[in-house]
Amino acid sequence: MAGYRTPLGRARGLGAAKHGVGHFIKQRLTGAALVVLMLWAISAAIGLSRADFASTTAWLHSAWNAVPAALLIGTAFLHMSLGMQVIIEDYIQTPLAKISLLALNAFVCWAGAAIGVFSILKVAFGGGAY
Amino acid sequence: MSEARANGSGGRPLSPHMQVWRWHITMLGSILHRATGVALYAGALIATGWAASLAAGPDAYQGYCGLLGSPLGKLVLIGLTFSAFYHMANGVRHLFWDSGRGFVPSTANATTAAVIAFGVVATVAVWAYVLLSGAA
Repeated sequence: MAGYRTPLGRARGLGAAKHGVGHFIKQRLTGAALVVLMLWAISAAIGLSRADFASTTAWLHSAWNAVPAALLIGTAFLHMSLGMQVIIEDYIQTPLAKISLLALNAFVCWAGAAIGVFSILKVAFGGGAY
Repeated sequence: MSEARANGSGGRPLSPHMQVWRWHITMLGSILHRATGVALYAGALIATGWAASLAAGPDAYQGYCGLLGSPLGKLVLIGLTFSAFYHMANGVRHLFWDSGRGFVPSTANATTAAVIAFGVVATVAVWAYVLLSGAA
């Protein structure tokens, strides 16, 4: 079958997908942003470790905390999805398993980001009814 | 292309094989970066669960914090703290490498050791502060 194909036809589709640079840059930009966001998150977590429900929700009512928290979730899930994509592409060679895991990775990251941002906004905009 | 292999590579070359490399510290640093990245993947889902429990109300939040505060929960959080500090510091090293510097073996070995030490020291410092201040 392959014998009937031209050399160009055989070579097509085997090279780079031309998306690598975008992936590389996104991985590094989100990584650099996460250095700042994670240092903030760790110090926030230390502070919140002694807080109860009421003071934690009150903390998240402030835009100065809710906005970085939402940024952290969006940036972290994007960075994670890029990183896990590379791991799957490195270790999983069977096409069906690879495509399935890449899709699962995308679903988990988008769902996680949606749930996380929704939860933060719900608390941030909540009227303190609890 | 007739000798398609069982590994699914279709006869095309794969990444360098682990068996032919002598164990060295930069290899440990690279593997730790990937392993801590996977751990933080789980950690992000745990953090999202925390935010969801907070949005669900006081009972759900108390229950979730009880899980995180249990001995197993604390162990997981300590592991995630190290993962965060190590992956962050090593990520900065990767950004530095992207400028084309720091690849001389002696430099790469020293920065790997420094990054691992930073991860351990920062983790111990955070947890000593949290536990000694009576927060958790």
